[in-house]
Amino acid sequence: MTVLLVLLGGGVGAVLRHLVAQRLGRAGDGWRAFPWATFAVNMAGALLLGIVAGAAAANRVPHSVLVLTGTGFCGALTTFSTFSHESVRLAEGRRAAMAVAYVVVSVAVGLALCALGWRLAPTA
Amino acid sequence: MTSRDVIAGRVDAGVLGLVAMGGALGSLARWACAESFAGPGPAGGGFPWSTLLVNVVGSLALGVLAGWMERRPAAPWWLRPLLAVGVLGGFTTFSTYVLDARGLLAGGHGDVGALALVGGVLAGAGAVVVGLAVGRRAGSRPDRRTAGGAG
Repeated sequence: MTVLLVLLGGGVGAVLRHLVAQRLGRAGDGWRAFPWATFAVNMAGALLLGIVAGAAAANRVPHSVLVLTGTGFCGALTTFSTFSHESVRLAEGRRAAMAVAYVVVSVAVGLALCALGWRLAPTA
Repeated sequence: MTSRDVIAGRVDAGVLGLVAMGGALGSLARWACAESFAGPGPAGGGFPWSTLLVNVVGSLALGVLAGWMERRPAAPWWLRPLLAVGVLGGFTTFSTYVLDARGLLAGGHGDVGALALVGGVLAGAGAVVVGLAVGRRAGSRPDRRTAGGAG
């Protein structure tokens, strides 16, 4: 059962990430070179996982919900491989400042959103 | 996205199927990896080795694939949606990476949390650099099937 929930959530999360990349993924000059699509899915996934994990820690949602939406959906909606690849490609393309900004802002805002989600999670 | 998608101006159902299949399998592998790591967990101050491992391995593999495809423009179109977007995107995770750090910071293990955050991005970027070099080198070698009979 757990395996099926991970497969289902993972499949849906990856498809949504792909669709967002197709909508926002046009590389351009200046700030349009910023990887907005990956940034968007990573921030959304960090917030949602904070909420779900916080609710699960407070026993407000069953473990199956955490597996489906947390491990499966949020895990696949967000990506670290493309995040790393994009930061290296920015640096290779003489956009070192943007590469550093991309990494620092992603980690700082992602962590803040995850913590915010945990606080917003129903506890009682 | 393939050139077919650009011409058609729409999302190909076959591409979505490959992304979904790859994402499902990559997520399952990530879950299996997390299950096999028995430890105190972030709340107990344990370093999130499982997340680091999947993210570094996935970044290395994406680097190899992207480097190889740079040198092989005629690579099969399904490689990117199935492996790069699907399997490796589903295998690696940003959400658990920050959730691990949140747990460490909230549990009073700020030093381990900072190490996981900084170590994660440095190891991920380093893995991509190594992977790109390996992939580009492999992709630059003449293909025996096509280059053999020219002389």
